[in-house]
Amino acid sequence: MTNSPIVALHGTPAVAGGNAPSEICHSPLAPGGAHVRSVRDEFHGDLLEVSMGPHHPSTHGVFRMIATLDGETIVKLKPVFGYLHRNHEKIGENTTYLGSMPYTDRLDYLCSMTNNWAYALAVEKLAGQPVPERTEYLRVILAELTRLLNHTCLAGFLLQDTGASGTPLMYAFREREKILDLFEALSGSRMMCNYQRFGGCRVDASPEWLEAAKRLADGYNEFLDEYEALITGNEILMARTQGVGVMPRQLAVSAGITGPMLRAAGVDYDIRKVDGYGVYPRFNFRVPLGDHGDTYDRYMIRVLEMRESIEILRQAFAQLPSGPIMDPKAKIRGFKPKPGEAYGRIEGPKGEIGFYLISDGGANPYRYRVRPPSFINLTVLEDMCLGHSIADAVIILGSIDIVLGEVDR
Amino acid sequence: MTDSANTPTPLSDADRDELRRQGILLTSLEELYNWGRSHSVWPLQFGLACCAIEMIAASMARFDIARFGSEVFRPSPRQADLLIVSGTVTKKMAPQVVRLWNQMPEPKYCIAMGACAISGGPFKQGYNVLKGIDRYIPVDVYIPGCPPRPEALLNGLMTLQEKIRGQKLTGPNAPRHLRADDACEYPVPEFGETDLVPPTNPEVWQPPTIVRPDKP
Amino acid sequence: MESLEQIRDRLLSRYPGAELSILNNPSPSAQHSLVVGGSAAREIAAFLRDDPALQLDFCSNVTGVDWPDKEIVETTRTTIPDPAGGPPKLVEQKTKRIQPGYLEVVYHLYSMALKQGPVIIRMRTGNRTDQVTLPSLTPVWRSGEFQEREVFDLFGVVFDGHPDLRRILMWDEFKGHPMRKDYVEPDDYEWEPTPHDEVLAKAKAHYPAPAAPAAPGANAK
Ligand code: SF4
Repeated sequence: MTNSPIVALHGTPAVAGGNAPSEICHSPLAPGGAHVRSVRDEFHGDLLEVSMGPHHPSTHGVFRMIATLDGETIVKLKPVFGYLHRNHEKIGENTTYLGSMPYTDRLDYLCSMTNNWAYALAVEKLAGQPVPERTEYLRVILAELTRLLNHTCLAGFLLQDTGASGTPLMYAFREREKILDLFEALSGSRMMCNYQRFGGCRVDASPEWLEAAKRLADGYNEFLDEYEALITGNEILMARTQGVGVMPRQLAVSAGITGPMLRAAGVDYDIRKVDGYGVYPRFNFRVPLGDHGDTYDRYMIRVLEMRESIEILRQAFAQLPSGPIMDPKAKIRGFKPKPGEAYGRIEGPKGEIGFYLISDGGANPYRYRVRPPSFINLTVLEDMCLGHSIADAVIILGSIDIVLGEVDR
Repeated sequence: MTDSANTPTPLSDADRDELRRQGILLTSLEELYNWGRSHSVWPLQFGLACCAIEMIAASMARFDIARFGSEVFRPSPRQADLLIVSGTVTKKMAPQVVRLWNQMPEPKYCIAMGACAISGGPFKQGYNVLKGIDRYIPVDVYIPGCPPRPEALLNGLMTLQEKIRGQKLTGPNAPRHLRADDACEYPVPEFGETDLVPPTNPEVWQPPTIVRPDKP
Repeated sequence: MESLEQIRDRLLSRYPGAELSILNNPSPSAQHSLVVGGSAAREIAAFLRDDPALQLDFCSNVTGVDWPDKEIVETTRTTIPDPAGGPPKLVEQKTKRIQPGYLEVVYHLYSMALKQGPVIIRMRTGNRTDQVTLPSLTPVWRSGEFQEREVFDLFGVVFDGHPDLRRILMWDEFKGHPMRKDYVEPDDYEWEPTPHDEVLAKAKAHYPAPAAPAAPGANAK
């Protein structure tokens, strides 16, 4: 490999197919999606610049990365963002506080319930709004169901990325549909629940709903056993993921990694424990930690977290008090918090999801900022991919668990 | 076989059923051709935003898009017949979508799935959001919803199949790919300083006239 | 954890002459913040990260805030004693002044080692046009890498010492910083069947008035 500097790898217009059609051929490694252009003479054909995405089957949406390859090995990798930049923050500054609630659903569209909670928490901090106990429990129940849903889908997508096309994802989506049915029964919508309010939630859970949710939580371990029997000990998965994409602890902390990725690197930091928001301090649960920080650990952490979530759900169903779901003093119409600011954060399935709000006393937030976990988790993508082959980059990206609605907002 | 465009209603359905009972299958080339096309619409494996998750859900066991012959999601536009624009098209992404559309071979169809793909949807105030993909490429079926349920996508697909089955092979109403004047290539917009250049493709989309019956 | 005043005093004893002030947050969240002058910001940040009592090793959130120029009307009241011996007169004087705007970058710091936080630090630019350079804190916390790029892209704060400062969300040819309060977005609102208010004004300006009443669905195809 030559040591000549690689210039102009970025800054070129974001073009999926290259500029000149004659230079395009399809990569043999990633059929169909990756467009490869050989780098010209000064590299003696040694380095290859591959633009993966924004339309690529394995980038989980419209993510793009520009990888420089020496043979099959990645020597440089630059992510390119913005293909789903929907101006969430600008719109949030032009609508009322409550008006932004449905938009938070669409941030990380797999986990609308936790996004709702994070936003409600930030506004409640800003306005000093208490929340009734029953709602706190409902929030925990819904957040843990969301965690189950998200981690299940992630496991399915990760397996899809390793080439197990279809089947594991089918299993995952089978379970997802069951949870979505619960969400739909409660909130009226499968994906975009728009459920939390400042100082409460929108509708109460009926006893039948709780019964159904309890049944699901009780049966979930069975599904996990089945899934793990298929996958966890699978030789191909181990060969593809163990030792791949190792993230050292120091780097993880400095780069602001949060969520299962951080804990896979062995850092004990779970906001449910650290901040103890809501009623989490009342539950007994463990925080799984990884030793190696590789892709396999990141997969395992999620499976273990799901098992802990089931425990939390069981305890929450047992302790759920009756009572109102909305604070009687909570203001819905004409909600105008006093000037000030607040940052509220929770442990979402993907990491720390936080909202930073500045109020100038008006009906709209002066500044509305989302702290997107998967965007910040991508900071270390290049570090994890260097030295691995391009096929591994796909798995490493899959194990970060990104959702583009949140990355680009 | 006859060309049905020239011969008005060669056989009634009842006649045909009677013949079928006798073991004789009569059809026209047009019907055969449209039947074949409409039942193997292969979509491009291409997700943009939240709606894409529902598109994936539609292809999974519960909704099973395979019942309609469309389970083969192709990763390459060269092998796909159907572009499901499933989600918000941002201005940064729009040139790529048009380029994918150009790379698909005819006959090809486009479904705008969800409010965003139709008009920008909830994000239409956004400075980086394209207010509907029909500003650049022709759309066959619009599916409203945010997100549309998987059933709605299936319904959209059936609507598309019906549309295909109703197409004539000759004459002025022939589908795009059978006409000589077909614009196979749609111009790809460029990035400008504040917006895409051009902001719309006037061949495909014109600003609609505003009708305000009460206020002139 | 130490209070913000204690942290400030410790910093001041360590870096005499550093511009440090505390911004009080009147809301019930009571998350007060430390306004740091640009010049010594990176050393201060490194101190906050490495100090054994704080160990703020986790920079969670980096964000920009735009504060445009504000016109402030000040009322001064003076009482003039009446020379005739009557009650003193109250004279009100209104003065207008323009408070210059600035861009602000806010960092939310936590400690993963000690599990405490947040400590919020803010940096402010001189104005919104030409003095928009601030020291980058990415060398201290890697997590700023993409977030500072985002602030650069959307707000136009230039981070000195950032390893790779480019636009991140918008395309490279894009001009302007869309998250600033005075950004004017391109006028491409979608047609609505029943436009009203702003949308109607925009629609009237943008689309030609109908020559003859056409069907609402006569959307050219
Ligand atoms: S229509 Fe709704 S669900 Fe679909 S992409 Fe747009 S915001 Fe997401």
